[in-house]
Amino acid sequence: MSYRLVWNDTIDSRKCCDAYQESMKKIMKQNDKVVHIDCDLMGCIDTKIIKEAYPDRVFNAGIAEANAVGVACGLAATGMIPFVHSFGVFASRRVFDQLFLSAGYSRWPVHVIGSDPGITAAYNGATHMPFEDCATYLTMPNATIIDPVDYAQTFALTKKLVDVKELSYMRLIRKNFKTVYADDSDFEIGKGVVLKEGKDVTIIASGIMVSNALKAEEILRKQGIDASVIDMHTWKPLDTELIVSQARKTGAMVTAENHQLSCGLGSAIANVLIENCPIPMEMIGIREQYGQCGPQDVLEKEYKMSAEDIVEACIRAIKRKADRKD
Amino acid sequence: MTKEEKIHELEVFAAQIRLETLKIIASRGNGHIGGCMSIADTLAVLYGEVMKYDPKNPLWKQRDWCVLSKGHGGPAMYATLGLKGFYDVKEAYTLNDFKTSFPSHTDHTKTPGVDLTTGSLGQGISEAVGAALGNRLQNINSHVFVFVGDGEADEGQVWEAAQFAAHYKLNNLIAFIDDNKRQLDGACEDVMSHGKGLSAKFDAFGWKVIDVKDGNDVEQIYDAVNEAYTEKERPIAIVLDTKKGKGVSSVEKSGAHSSHLNKEEWEVIIKEAQDNLNRISGKENA
Repeated sequence: MSYRLVWNDTIDSRKCCDAYQESMKKIMKQNDKVVHIDCDLMGCIDTKIIKEAYPDRVFNAGIAEANAVGVACGLAATGMIPFVHSFGVFASRRVFDQLFLSAGYSRWPVHVIGSDPGITAAYNGATHMPFEDCATYLTMPNATIIDPVDYAQTFALTKKLVDVKELSYMRLIRKNFKTVYADDSDFEIGKGVVLKEGKDVTIIASGIMVSNALKAEEILRKQGIDASVIDMHTWKPLDTELIVSQARKTGAMVTAENHQLSCGLGSAIANVLIENCPIPMEMIGIREQYGQCGPQDVLEKEYKMSAEDIVEACIRAIKRKADRKD
Repeated sequence: MTKEEKIHELEVFAAQIRLETLKIIASRGNGHIGGCMSIADTLAVLYGEVMKYDPKNPLWKQRDWCVLSKGHGGPAMYATLGLKGFYDVKEAYTLNDFKTSFPSHTDHTKTPGVDLTTGSLGQGISEAVGAALGNRLQNINSHVFVFVGDGEADEGQVWEAAQFAAHYKLNNLIAFIDDNKRQLDGACEDVMSHGKGLSAKFDAFGWKVIDVKDGNDVEQIYDAVNEAYTEKERPIAIVLDTKKGKGVSSVEKSGAHSSHLNKEEWEVIIKEAQDNLNRISGKENA
């Protein structure tokens, strides 16, 4: 793992989903077993980039996600390495039983890509806004779950998926989003990235929330609070060691996710803390609500997911830590 | 060997599959006798004659595949594979026991010779379609056979798979539609009917359809497979007009999806299957 943090709260000129295509182009060149299956959403993530390069290994399954997952499993059984894409809502809850039995239980290396995670679905609204996509995969004992933050990380982690030997799910931001990492950065699945080392509180975030976490850290620093910031791009297998070591070090934790809190990154981390090192913890994310239409920045405020919300949660966690000592 | 002799051999094999299937289900005491009996003849044709496979190397890349999308037919598959040497068939007399390699629904992670895991109806046919596509992509000259139940065809996924297979012209995929006319809650036509019929449906989805008038006649099944092999463009649906429980008089009569029998009833139907085997193999008086 070697990365360079270049975050300055500005939007990348490139679309995040293009990182997937560019990475796939490389993977498909290196490995003739890799195939991509789409569900009539090639136009949404510019799959034509790989379709033109590898017309024999890119398939449209039409608007039939259950079959697309099943076909991917059959392909995997013959030794192929299938990637399947649909919107996150359909790539998870709509095909849960297919994912669970045909892929997860069957132990086939099928790599599912779910686009428009959480509030990034924005104007597409509730029907297309997955707050629970990762939850479905969290129930599967052997699944890998990844929530990348930007172009560079999407590019790097897509490449790593080829070596995952069982079911995986990666969220894919479709549009341009804030740059966090330099393009040559590399990441390891299952290993969180320590972006800032602090002593007062640890913020663990993933996906679009990493940018807000970094912004929150700046605000906290101005208030004299020293926060650790962790990018937990892999939700499963979770980097338990890092979580526990941070918990022991700072004694207060805030998680920030673009997902339903009842069954997401925060709850997975809470499980680790309860078993290993219970400390005051606050969670930022969607709290028992469905999605809705709106611009991403407005939704971020609506669901209390902004940098300022993270700051307030950190202050609460630190206070709880102090109260406990008293 | 003449065709007549070959057909006779397959009839004997089908009777053996029936007998062993019943013994396997009897080891548990209850199970899907009806849906196992209806496919026994087709399994005999596949594993007795048409399929290429290696019991000592179940994952041989060049093999033909067989997927039981109607996964509850597992015991019939276990009997067939056991009789063909993938394992000692008596090992399957542990059906659904703790730590068994023989769960009632087929599971490739547990049983040698089972190609894909099924059990949630509708999923196996999609997996079979993927296997056919994968083999074609790797220039493997083989066929994927998949059993789909008539009740199973209620599932929407079956038709998603059907349209995909036709769209990508998977002529290396041959589906056997086990039209035994019964599902768990009763007659298919009462529970959920199939409009103009399953043959018409597969035809409308762009498949080559071969109707087998007696889906429990090994010669008719064998001829249908040979006809299927001539198709150059389309996936093939061989629609088998079968009898649920075929060969087990009491189940033929009841049409039961799942049977719970007592010890005496088991003895009666196993004796019936043994008598049938003796009669067909010409050992009646032996």
